[in-house]
Amino acid sequence: MSDFSTLIFGRLTLDAIPYHEPILLITFAVMASAVIALLVVLTRYKVWGYLWSEWFTSIDHKRIGVMYMILGLVMLLRGFADAIMMRIQQAIAFGDSAGYLPPEHYDQIFTAHGVIMIFFVAMPFVVGLMNYIVPLQIGARDVAFPFLNNLSFWMTSAGAALIMVSLFIGEFAKSGWLAYPPLTGILQSPGVGVDYYIWSLQIAGVGTLLSGINFVVTIVKMRAPGMNMMKMPIFTWTALCTNILIVAAFPVLTAVMTLLSLDRYLGMNFFTNDLGGNAMMYVNLIWIWGHPEVYILILPIFGVFSEIVSTYSGKRLFGYSSMVYATLVITILSYLVWLHHFFTMGSGATVNSFFGITTMIISIPTGAKIFNWLFTMYRGRIQFEVPMLWTIGFMITFVIGGMTGVLLAVPPADFVLHNSLFLIAHFHNVIIGGVVFGTFAAITFWYPKVTGYKLEPFWGKVSFWCWFIGFYLAFMPLYMLGFMGVTRRMSHFDDPSLQIWFQVALGGAVLIGAGIISFLIQLYVSYKRRDSLRDETGDPWNGRTLEWSTSSPPPKYNFAFTPRVYDQDAWWHMKSNGFKHATAGFMAIHMPKNTAAGMVISGLSAAFGFAMIWHMWLIGGLTFVALIAAIIIHTFNYKRDYYIPAEEVEQVESKRTEVLA
Amino acid sequence: MSIPKTLRTIFVSAIGMALLSGCDTVVMSPSGDIAAQQAKLIVWATILMLIVVVPVIVLTLLFAWRYRASNKEATYTPDWDHSTNLELIIWAAPLAIIIALGALTWVSTHQLDPYRPLDRIEEGRPVPEGVEPLIIEVVAMDWKWLFFYPEQGIAVVNQLAAPLDRPIKFKITATTMMNSFYIPALAGQIYAMGGMETQLHAVINQAGSYDGFSANYSGAGFNGMRFKFLGLSEAKFDEWVSKAKTDGEVLSRKVYTELAEPSEYNPVQYYREVAPDLYDAILNRCVAPGTLCMKDMMKHHGSHGAGAHAAETKRVSPAVNHNTDDEGHHAH
Repeated sequence: MSDFSTLIFGRLTLDAIPYHEPILLITFAVMASAVIALLVVLTRYKVWGYLWSEWFTSIDHKRIGVMYMILGLVMLLRGFADAIMMRIQQAIAFGDSAGYLPPEHYDQIFTAHGVIMIFFVAMPFVVGLMNYIVPLQIGARDVAFPFLNNLSFWMTSAGAALIMVSLFIGEFAKSGWLAYPPLTGILQSPGVGVDYYIWSLQIAGVGTLLSGINFVVTIVKMRAPGMNMMKMPIFTWTALCTNILIVAAFPVLTAVMTLLSLDRYLGMNFFTNDLGGNAMMYVNLIWIWGHPEVYILILPIFGVFSEIVSTYSGKRLFGYSSMVYATLVITILSYLVWLHHFFTMGSGATVNSFFGITTMIISIPTGAKIFNWLFTMYRGRIQFEVPMLWTIGFMITFVIGGMTGVLLAVPPADFVLHNSLFLIAHFHNVIIGGVVFGTFAAITFWYPKVTGYKLEPFWGKVSFWCWFIGFYLAFMPLYMLGFMGVTRRMSHFDDPSLQIWFQVALGGAVLIGAGIISFLIQLYVSYKRRDSLRDETGDPWNGRTLEWSTSSPPPKYNFAFTPRVYDQDAWWHMKSNGFKHATAGFMAIHMPKNTAAGMVISGLSAAFGFAMIWHMWLIGGLTFVALIAAIIIHTFNYKRDYYIPAEEVEQVESKRTEVLA
Repeated sequence: MSIPKTLRTIFVSAIGMALLSGCDTVVMSPSGDIAAQQAKLIVWATILMLIVVVPVIVLTLLFAWRYRASNKEATYTPDWDHSTNLELIIWAAPLAIIIALGALTWVSTHQLDPYRPLDRIEEGRPVPEGVEPLIIEVVAMDWKWLFFYPEQGIAVVNQLAAPLDRPIKFKITATTMMNSFYIPALAGQIYAMGGMETQLHAVINQAGSYDGFSANYSGAGFNGMRFKFLGLSEAKFDEWVSKAKTDGEVLSRKVYTELAEPSEYNPVQYYREVAPDLYDAILNRCVAPGTLCMKDMMKHHGSHGAGAHAAETKRVSPAVNHNTDDEGHHAH
């Protein structure tokens, strides 16, 4: 019997369910009731069919973009819950008090926090934004490979789902977010935690890589006529560079995860201490992916801020070509700096200086970008809408984060600050001050495009100020603690003089929490008042690029006629030349068809990953075969497209003509 | 419109707070010459960068205020988007700062290379003729630190001592996990890794008891990987050594093997006598009887090529970038 259960369940037993952990039980109860409540509501209002046909199986880039944003938002709540748990632990675990989290639990939390925030919050936000905006900005009707886009989203979600499952079945890695061996080798971490880490990243990584390919092709091949490279909107430019980075960097992550799996599953010795293995190899490889990754996150956000600054300043972007070259320089240099993450691993002074100086060189184009935004504001007419507040908050916060980053790029300074809370403060400074501020700015900016109504500004301002002040309260003390020689990933402290700093940081984290709640309130309040906030024009901010030329929300096909582009600010140019909405001559539009294949393939991938994590070899084999079969079967699906008849297009467009009149 | 004012207040108070309390910390006012030079470097690098950062922040707030939509008196040039002179300044200003900072980086990185033997013990005090560095061999274990003093023939768990103003040469390795050997008051950190040796040269100038710890997370017992580093006068250091010699036990290979079992929050433990070549055996992963030492493996493999060099320089793993010879110079 036990042989039988091993065959089916591998190493999964009832003991893997943490029913003896009160914190996890409560979490489970809360989450389960939220999910059940959601299911009940969805069933009651009979929206399942709608969700299935209009969203889950949709291959419309706009729908997929929105789903990415929702995924990012949901995972932000999880990642933030981890953050506040760590902050509470560090604020109380002094001297005799052990706090409320044993190291066993605390170590999983900081690992999960990092992994979730980077892979399942920041990445979905950035990819979601590109999904929604890029095709509209280049005047396209969808991305180059619409089905692949749907598959990418579901693969990313499958990775996120595996991480969520690790909360309640088994455990997550206790390794830090990059899972350095030898700690993550089979000898030191025999449990399932590292396997959850590996498989969720592998599955989500496939999604990200496919997205990258999709967007490179979309941007290169599908621009509207007249839009040569130097007329591309700056957000599209940054998206192009980001996706080039994805295509070049993510295979490295996949490879290094594969090598670690071989060590763990087949007893190989790539990264062990013995038999010629070497963990330094892993550290190099993971950062050859990891450093471009931070630019993958920040570049599109630079694009977002460029669009916002020029729109709300009512001015053309200052130094467009300088902006483009700065982006390209950053793209290339981001591959030449990875070693700065481990100056302390014992490289020689010449190697360390080289990587230190290349890192500093990145601050030149980045500095140029900041000056360009500055001079876009110069002699503008700045409207202080919420996105502009985020932008100013970003410009101030990001230069401070950039400065501490360059400081860390000086190897001898890094020797005393590496792995300290100074480092933690630095990267939160650039990721919160950059990616998070930028995401909220982008959401507020493009929300009317997506929904047809603006976000209510009061709660947006509350959210901004909570985040902005909360950030400084939460992370300035961490800079200080770094100077006090406090290292990261500690769950207990002896020195009572440090406690006050951690308490202030906790206060900051609570304020950030208030910022997140205010944002959710903002979504709710705006929905309630959507009629008064409605924008009929499709162009609420007097926008400059093509996405503002369509209705809000845009029709399925985005553009009834592919626009012709004469200027970087294509829509601004069209408006100033007296553009008239077309009223006749509509033709049938060729569109891709919905499919459930993305969900099926991703679901099977998640099941396969879960089986591999628990060593359920039989189920693993079956799901793998099913996965391959599903992919093959999908290739025989020839019903992939349909035409929107000209009459329907005419109907939609004449409605728009009425509204505009 | 009070937004810029609030921003400014927050910013100024944050900077003020950092400056006031930042100077008094262990990283910024340490007790060893190497760490002191690193602190000075942080100050200079920060000043250099503030030359750009402060104007950017001030201009951001200034422009945001001056060109607010409600200020109809401000000039408005909606189509102005290029100025070659301005672009030149925009690129040149950060470039100039980075050239300066890059030069500083190149020089200081070589100067403060942890592998480089010291040539001074403090500003204006070169290492006296004939003074050899004190050699301390460091092993990061699960989850404690083991220090060998080959010169004195002793070993200690979770406590470290050194005489004032005498250069110290640390040779650092680990048993399993990757750790980082860090005493902020003394000098910057360096990783401790199994089967490999890193080095750190430093000197302690002021007497005192300082915190040392692992700065790289290494699993369940990581929190407890802390020790005290004692900076002692020559006489006190000798006393400390003889205390270890009288109170200590014998660190045989068998005792070491027991010690190597994972344990947390280990108390200080002295060893008056150490099994011969134990550190070397740990480094080469051949403490257990009958295991082939890595250096011999290398010799064996290397006999086809650069074997003589590999053996001579104690290069344990081919991936270590360093010659770990005593001169400490690197192949450029």
